[in-house]
Amino acid sequence: MEMYSSVPEFRVDIDRQACRLCKRCIENCSFGALEWRDNKVKAFNDRCVACQRCVSMCPEDAIALRRTPSVMSAHPIWTENARRDVFTQSRTGAILLASTGNELHEQVIFDNLLLDACQVTNPAIDPLREPIELRTYIGRKPRFVELEELGDSLRLNTKLSPALKLEIPIMIAQMSYGAISVEAHEALARAAVMRGTTMGSGEGGLHKKLYPYADHIIVQVASGRFGVHPAYLEAGAAVEIKIGQGAKPGIGGHLPGTKITDEISETRMIPIGADAISPAPHHDIYSIEDLAQLVNALKEATRYKKPVLVKIAAVHNVAAICSGICRAGADAIVIDGFRAGTGATPKVIRDNVGIPVELALASVDQRLREEGIRNETSIIASGTIRNSGDVAKAIALGADAVKIGTAALIALGCTVCKRCYTGKCAWGIATQDPELRSRLDPVEGAQRVSNLLLAWSIELKEILGAAGINSIESLRGNRDRLRGYGLDHTTLEILGVQPAGS
Amino acid sequence: MCSILGIVNENRKRLSAKYIVEGISLMNDRCNGLGGGFAAYGLYPEYKDYYALHILLKDFELKDQVAEMLKDYVNIYKDEEIETRNVERISQDYIPWRFFVDVPERYTSDADNYIIDLAMKINNTGGALVISSGKNMGVFKAIGYPDEVARLYKLENYKAYMWLAHGRYPTNTRGWWGGAHPFSILDYSIVHNGEITSYGTNKRFLESYGYKCSYFTDSEVLAYLWDLLVRRHKLPIELASEVLAPPFWEQIERMPPEKRRIIEALRMTYGPAMVNGPFGIVIANGSGLTGTAGNGTMVGLSDRIKLRPLICARKNGTTFMASEESAIKAVCKNPDNVWAPHAGKPTVAMVNGDV
Amino acid sequence: MRIVANYKHYKELNEEIFQAVQAGVAELTLEDVNGQRFIADCLKGKLNIDIYGTPGNDLGMFMDGPTVTVFGNAQDGVGNTMSSGKIIIHGDGRDILGHSMRGGKIFVRGDVGYRVGIHMKTYKSNVPIIVAGGRAGDFLGEYMAGGIIIVLGIHNRAKKAEILGDWVATGQHGGAIYVRGDVDESKLGNGASQFRVTADDEITIKKVLKEYCQVFGLDLEGLLDAEFTKIAPLSHRPYAALYTCE
Repeated sequence: MEMYSSVPEFRVDIDRQACRLCKRCIENCSFGALEWRDNKVKAFNDRCVACQRCVSMCPEDAIALRRTPSVMSAHPIWTENARRDVFTQSRTGAILLASTGNELHEQVIFDNLLLDACQVTNPAIDPLREPIELRTYIGRKPRFVELEELGDSLRLNTKLSPALKLEIPIMIAQMSYGAISVEAHEALARAAVMRGTTMGSGEGGLHKKLYPYADHIIVQVASGRFGVHPAYLEAGAAVEIKIGQGAKPGIGGHLPGTKITDEISETRMIPIGADAISPAPHHDIYSIEDLAQLVNALKEATRYKKPVLVKIAAVHNVAAICSGICRAGADAIVIDGFRAGTGATPKVIRDNVGIPVELALASVDQRLREEGIRNETSIIASGTIRNSGDVAKAIALGADAVKIGTAALIALGCTVCKRCYTGKCAWGIATQDPELRSRLDPVEGAQRVSNLLLAWSIELKEILGAAGINSIESLRGNRDRLRGYGLDHTTLEILGVQPAGS
Repeated sequence: MCSILGIVNENRKRLSAKYIVEGISLMNDRCNGLGGGFAAYGLYPEYKDYYALHILLKDFELKDQVAEMLKDYVNIYKDEEIETRNVERISQDYIPWRFFVDVPERYTSDADNYIIDLAMKINNTGGALVISSGKNMGVFKAIGYPDEVARLYKLENYKAYMWLAHGRYPTNTRGWWGGAHPFSILDYSIVHNGEITSYGTNKRFLESYGYKCSYFTDSEVLAYLWDLLVRRHKLPIELASEVLAPPFWEQIERMPPEKRRIIEALRMTYGPAMVNGPFGIVIANGSGLTGTAGNGTMVGLSDRIKLRPLICARKNGTTFMASEESAIKAVCKNPDNVWAPHAGKPTVAMVNGDV
Repeated sequence: MRIVANYKHYKELNEEIFQAVQAGVAELTLEDVNGQRFIADCLKGKLNIDIYGTPGNDLGMFMDGPTVTVFGNAQDGVGNTMSSGKIIIHGDGRDILGHSMRGGKIFVRGDVGYRVGIHMKTYKSNVPIIVAGGRAGDFLGEYMAGGIIIVLGIHNRAKKAEILGDWVATGQHGGAIYVRGDVDESKLGNGASQFRVTADDEITIKKVLKEYCQVFGLDLEGLLDAEFTKIAPLSHRPYAALYTCE
């Protein structure tokens, strides 16, 4: 039974006059959408994912990708996607798999928040010439500093908790080796070193190639405990417990055995070809006191020298949960909003579970303040931080820092074709195929990610300078410098932000 | 833009109001008549053991209400209207009243916090504003130019060893009596020139320590931050100043190791207490606080990149701190020494002797 | 002509000065000046104005030609956007002295404050010059686009303080700062660098200081008997790589 869904989404147009039959496009297409037939390049449009690899590799600019014009009769509720999904599931009887982030909810509250600037009563500060500081310490801060007078000098009697020193309030998110290639991992780690920030190992352990950068890597401990061993814990700049991620709250995952190559096997410490299953919960955390136990176990293991972070997906009761996490001793909490990206997730979960990071962040920050424990933990926001404006708004809402995932991958060449789960990434990022991997040069990739972070840092300084602020800590939680535009009263109340014009 | 001036005599010689009024008036071009005020220390020697509450009342009926409320919490030793005269340009929006009170014996061990809580309670009732609550000191403020406010309150009748004055040019918030400076809490008073770009951060930080900001103006947070850092957290004045106007990280990295450790700890702990944006401030601190008995001080401080002016001078044991040198010269023609303090570094004048 | 400023408002005082100048008076002495702003604002031509007391903000703003001498300290904004002429201060100068100055000279015997010489510029034959006898605060010569600043460190009021503050010449893209003595590299802001003083520089320094010494009665040889450090921009377009599109 063939049905309408076989109409391909994209169409590969090849300019036959321009094409000089070099076949580079065919070599580069990792999805098999281009083949050599009858002495010419033939396109199989149904396999095309619009990853743009052929377009950018064609020396003659002879290829263009087009979205196939709709052939279905329009319906406002039964959209083409809705119909296509039903059809696919009726064919396979399986869970719809998806990559990247939420596609169902287009509103990004960040876009409805407006930043402030100085005019007259206050000088804007010129960031090109006057110092503006972005340095951020992630970790628990004391409530006060105690000093003791010793003759003429003062002695510091307050012991500071271990903290991560970041030169910029932007960190690179947790993405596992396995989900992405070791080349991508290395590029991100190098970029973190170059810009004085951190990247996350993800839950798949740390390839031995990455150990030289480990003082800029936050090693993750997730429910699968892959690649977690003493050297791994000791190497990292900090340890992060992953409870959940915004793209799949409450959902485990699995890396299929077919992707467990020998290097991944060695890094994850599981046999070649065996499935790597991440359970939905940690089976040593069934309640909050168990989280405290794991936090403390990790602090013991690292001799209290490293901050321990806890990452959760932003779910409905996020404020209360974060209060508990803070009281469990987490030095920082990563809140991953419902628009966050991933390599693979059930589409229904990705699009329907969780809440936006802006609201989660605002309510957690406010809750911790009300309980007088905001200083005891740092808050890191993630889940579609797309530009420096989003960074500034997240910090003004109360975040200590943000994490970026998708943006960093785009810097490496990702075109958001949303086929990470196929393992066929034509750009060498979300793949373990040696030929595809060789397309990504870690040094060049690192430079691009570093450039991105640099550009955002300069823009952040411009934003701060315009607001008459010369250090990022004076923007943090400074909701007075935000106004809402086109947001309803309740949303504004949760955000703690006044409407524009007031 | 505002004008600020502080005068303090280290030997507690009480100066008439004439000097502070003349000095601040010279800078009338810095303000616009929408707020003026003074703080005076050594004001009530005969009642020096009582907290002097200066309260602005929206109407006369409120007086009894406030008095009733006070009776629940403290012993009122004496109360009276603060004498005023009609000044053409000033409309009498409030009736100023003073209460001399002391704290019931069972609360004396924590009397200062008790008084702060009480002041915040009164401020929350609506219509009544506690504009100062220290001992042997008081704040006088209203809408008007400083010299007009001085005439309103008949300041010529008062003497003090330490004076603060402010002429306001309100920017972000409307001109109203409560929004005029000085802002005062217990024995701390502050006058501020500038605008605080970190207000939201500072305010939310203070709220988590129980302070309530109720004057709709950024300068209020300075008084509470100083109270938190110096009185409650007992930081030395130099270090409290480094919290408000911290050195840049690159400067911290060049410090000797022990100092660096302390400053790093302060910045990490008190990051939200950093005051950003342009400011020049003068803070006066009387003495006689439980637990911090000792000398009174006057502290001048500007923001760390010097976006607002501050000039200091000294003559025969009297120290002056002002927005402009001419304001000092107006009352002290030939100072022994005139200097411009470093940005972000406090200038501290100590008062000798006990109360 | 002598004018006693006393407690006059600046409008009144400056009107008197303006009327006098209109009437052809070329020598003015202002006494008991205290805080009056905008003195010599936009005055043009050959005039001598001696000021006793403390003139207020923006002394000599937009001024084009006169010589103003202050026997005392000055307040903020001396020589703001001044075109030509000379301002001599026998005491200290304060913040943003010489802001956007496009010509003329400011000689200060004592210290100067923050952001001195900020954005001063050279255009054709107009080369503004500032000499400070004492120390200078942070952000000296910020955005400096032209002209000459010399800091001597000889009448340093705060004896222990260093001659220069931090972020010297940050964003500098023209002109030169000469400092009598060594400069710690950490003092320099973005865009500026230290250079050896060349023979041409020495000639410039000597010429400027000769006049400075005559004004204040100082010994030129003694002043020149020291190593000077030159601070100049690395590039005339320090921000060329800052922006990107598509």
